This record gives sequence, C-alpha cells and structure tokens, in this order.
Amino acid sequence: MDTLLFLSPSEAGTPLSKQALEALAVTKQLAGALGTTFSVGLWGANPSADELAACGAAKFFVVAGAEFSEPRYATDAAAAEALGRASGATVLIGPAGSRWNRTLAGVAHRLGGRADSHVTGVSSEGGTLGIARWYYRQRMEGILTRTQRPWVLAVETGIAPAWQGEAGTAPVEAVACAPGAARTKVTGIADQAAGQQTIRPDADLLFVTGAGWTKKQPDGQVKVGEAEPLILDFLRLARASLGSTKSLVDLHGEGQATLTFLTHMNQVGQTGSTPRHAKGLSTCCHGEEPHTVGWRFIGERRAISLDANCGWARGKADVLYVADAFAVMAKVNASLGEKTEI
Amino acid sequence: MPEYQIVVCGSVVPDPLQTLEPVAGPAGPALKNEMMLPAWLDPWAGHALYEAANLAAKNPGSKVWLVALGPKAKLQQAMMTLAQKVPFELVAMDGSASGFTDAAETAAALAEAIQAIPGLDRSRMLVFGGWESASRGAGATMQIVGEILGITDQFQGVDEIAIQPDGSFQVLERIEGGRHLVSVCESAPALLGWATGNLPEPRNNPQVGMANMRTIMPALQKAKPTKVGAEGVTFASVSLPKQSRDTRVVKDMPPEQIAAEIVDWITNK
Repeated sequence: MDTLLFLSPSEAGTPLSKQALEALAVTKQLAGALGTTFSVGLWGANPSADELAACGAAKFFVVAGAEFSEPRYATDAAAAEALGRASGATVLIGPAGSRWNRTLAGVAHRLGGRADSHVTGVSSEGGTLGIARWYYRQRMEGILTRTQRPWVLAVETGIAPAWQGEAGTAPVEAVACAPGAARTKVTGIADQAAGQQTIRPDADLLFVTGAGWTKKQPDGQVKVGEAEPLILDFLRLARASLGSTKSLVDLHGEGQATLTFLTHMNQVGQTGSTPRHAKGLSTCCHGEEPHTVGWRFIGERRAISLDANCGWARGKADVLYVADAFAVMAKVNASLGEKTEI
Repeated sequence: MPEYQIVVCGSVVPDPLQTLEPVAGPAGPALKNEMMLPAWLDPWAGHALYEAANLAAKNPGSKVWLVALGPKAKLQQAMMTLAQKVPFELVAMDGSASGFTDAAETAAALAEAIQAIPGLDRSRMLVFGGWESASRGAGATMQIVGEILGITDQFQGVDEIAIQPDGSFQVLERIEGGRHLVSVCESAPALLGWATGNLPEPRNNPQVGMANMRTIMPALQKAKPTKVGAEGVTFASVSLPKQSRDTRVVKDMPPEQIAAEIVDWITNK
C-alpha cells in the first residue's frame, strides 16, 4: 500500500502559499481514497508545521537550517531527499511552483524513483494511484499509472480547494540533512523591467492581448500609444494578469511598434505559459488551434474582436463581442474607475 | 576569460502548427503519422543552443556540442536548417523523441552520451538544455541529467547568464509573478535549463553551415541506436480535449452596453 508525503518549503511566521495548501488538500484526499496515511515534510530556516496541526497528518517531519531558506536546487533537493527518506513514503506530492518544479525530478532520481510534473488530476480507481497530465504543450491529455516508487509529483493549482483548518501545535520530528557548502548564492529577486506588475498568477482574470492592438485601426491609424494606457489602466483597475499572444510579443524582436511592457514572460500558448485563472478576456487576438492552448485552463472566457469568425474565439469563448476593443476598453475602464472611486 | 565546454541537450519536436492526434502504438501512445510530421529543434532547446553559441563566442577557447536523441531521419531534417545558425559539434543518438517516453530513460541516454564525449573537461562544463520540452513538457530530463553527472548547481527557466570578472556567473531564473530569481554560482560545472533567453534566432550563415555539415553528417551516420521508452508506465488513455464552447456572438451592440456586460461579468464573483 502506498504511503504519502506532502512536501513544501516553509518559514515560521509566513503562511504556506495557496498552491501549497491545495497540494496538501490533494494529498489528504488521496490518502483517504487509498485508505492510507500521509505525512507532512517541511524545510526552511525555521519551518513550523503549526498551521497544519489539524490537517490529519500522521507525522510531521522538518529539515531546518539557514541554508534551506533560499530557493536553490542543491539545498532544496537535499532537504526533500532527506524528508523522503525519513518518511519512507512511496508517493511524494508538492505544489507545482517554480521551486518544486525545478527540484522534484532530481529528488526522484536520488530516491531511485520517478517523477511526474504538471499533474492536473489524481485518481484512486481500484486502489491504484493514477494521474492526469498534458502532453505536446497542452494539446492532449494522458491518464497514467506507474509501477515505480517512490513516485514524486508536482500538482498544478486549481485541482482542489486549498486545505483550511485551525492552527495548533504540531509535534515535529527533526530530520538531519547536510547538503555541503553551497557554490550558488541567491542574491535577490528581479522584478519585471516595466514599472507595473503585469503578471499576477493569483488574479481572477487573465487579460489576453493580441497583435490587433498594434495594427491599423478602422480609421487607418496605428494607435499603440493609446493602447498602452488602456491596457495598463485595465490591469490596475481589474487586478488582472496580462497574457499575450506570441505574435504580439515577437513584434518586439522585429523592431515594430508594440506594447513596451510586454515580454516573453507574458506569452501564453504553444511556446508560452498556460496560466490558470477563473476568467479570461481576450482582445484583438486572432488565430486558430494550436495558438489557443493558452486558453486551456481558463474557466469562463470572453473575447472582443472585429472578426466575427475569429478562430481564437469561435468555439473557444463563451461570448464573442464583435466590436472595437479600443472603444469598449475605454468604456470598461471608465466604469471600473467609477466603481473604484465609490 | 573562462574557456567553457558547453554541452547542449536538445531534440526534435513536431512543427506545432501541425494537427497532432494521439494513436495507440505497439509500445504505448504515439502521434498519428508521426514520421510524416515535419520536425524542428525543440524551441527551448533552440534558445539554449543560441545562448551557448553566444557564450562560446564571447569566451574564446570555448566549444559547443549538441547532444540530440531522436529518429535519425528527423534529426537530419532539423540539422539542415540548424547547421546554418551557429557552430557546434553534433553527438547524435538514433531513438525515440516521443513525448510519451519517460524523462528518466531519456536523461540516462543523454548523460551516457555526454560522458562518452572524448576529452570533455567536466570542470569547465556547462550543460544547457530547454527547461521543458514541447513534447513531454515535464521539466524533468535536465534535472536528472545533472544528477547523473553529479552536478548540483542547477538552474531552470533561465533567461540570462552573465559571466563576472572573477569567473563566477550570475543567472536569472523565472519564478512566479513574472519575476526572476537572481543567483550567483562560483564556477562550472553547472546545468542551465533555458526558457526564452534574450537572443533572437541567428540568421542563416552558409559558411557556418558548411563547417558544421563536415561533422554533422558523419555524426548522423554513426548515430547509436538508443532504446528509450516508458517502462513501468501504463497509459489508461491519451485524448484530445473534445469540449467546444457554444459561443454567443454579439454583433451591433454599442460599446457602452458591451462594457457594462463585461464589467458585470468581471465584478460578479
């Protein structure tokens, strides 16, 4: 029978992220469905399991030390490996954030197991653990089981509600871990080049901009200068995250007039990200499958386009407004501005 | 100036503009008409290769290898274009580049090929690759390659490497919220899984192409048959998403009214 371990970096005084609590919920649900137990493994400078005291874990393991506070492969992998060995778990589950995503496969290798990332579903049919994940840039979904153990998983956000419970006092077992002297030092976090943050993974709404913002408008003029404040104002007022089609981001490299705050980090779709948000509003986008895979994990979708037959929207969006995005977004911003003032 | 020995891992993927359809093959899932689909170098592996060539050009005495596992015919197809971009020496393995193979098996094959490169000085080695592939998309292969090679200074989602005067290098890795984690590594060896990087695709250079092809064709001819699969994995299904939305198309509605609908929709939780 499988035994489960939830893994996450942690610091006393800093609550675990929503994504980590979702992964904990997945672990707990899975343990219940498989009729087995689960443990919690945390690492950091001074990790605390007290906020998870009521989660139902059989044991709480921690690796503590100043060197484990920084997000660094060598120390993260060493800590997760030590926790995996101490727990004896056959299935290790962590949140698919940047820190766990870049560590889990190395940890699986050290433990003699295998890893699967970007897990978008788990199942326990017939008492056997199965997972769902996507292949070929979200073009097709595979459902699979594995015989190898330990099986190390990174689960995507949005597949379970975050675990909630009362804090208390969790009895922790300290696990020794000596990763050796680090040759890599973390020196900081660099924000995006543009002043305003445009990527917000926790936002309810994804706002997708297409190359149409930079093309000639019905009056024959290019209005990039008008587009920029319209888009930035909307992001600020709606607290939305900004995605972009590849064609719009690529205009940068081609020396054409484009939106100055866009980078490849904003790109969604085939060679970009596939963000997960409750709602999505696309504007001035065009194209057919496979460009629309950027929409794959968006719940409710609406689009504004001058093309009534746009492949990005037809069959992909719930509502397509055939209209001028400049005119509509100006009105949307005005209305949102009034609501904000109230 | 440090002299690097840069090994780039990268393989071929189907042209993403093609329609991809899964089918059941004798050894598990596969793509319909897979051998007929045009192939090109995996996009993120391409960025890794261009960054490697740029780094080598800035640090005279450095050298770039491309270690590629894929069907020989497909590798040859991709090399016709790639060879003209930047100078490199190809190490080819003839095997599956399917997204349904296991990252651990692919990584083992890549690591074995790297270990077999004659005269490779691992104290000067930087291993590059894409942080994920456009096929499996797991972000796992490069981590395991690094582990097999004993490299624990690993970076994923890299957009920049900057060599410092003391020989250390600064790396920018993508993290949540469109930000970068900034780290400084003392020296090689290290492993970098690249995201987009900062370089445009190099222009075709026929002279580079001619020089590369002198070693690429022999490398392809002696490409070692390499078996990779997905041992221990059972796919219950692989399917295309079927859901098509019943789109309500709104025409001839004034902008004010559309805006009101959109604001209601956005603000209504």
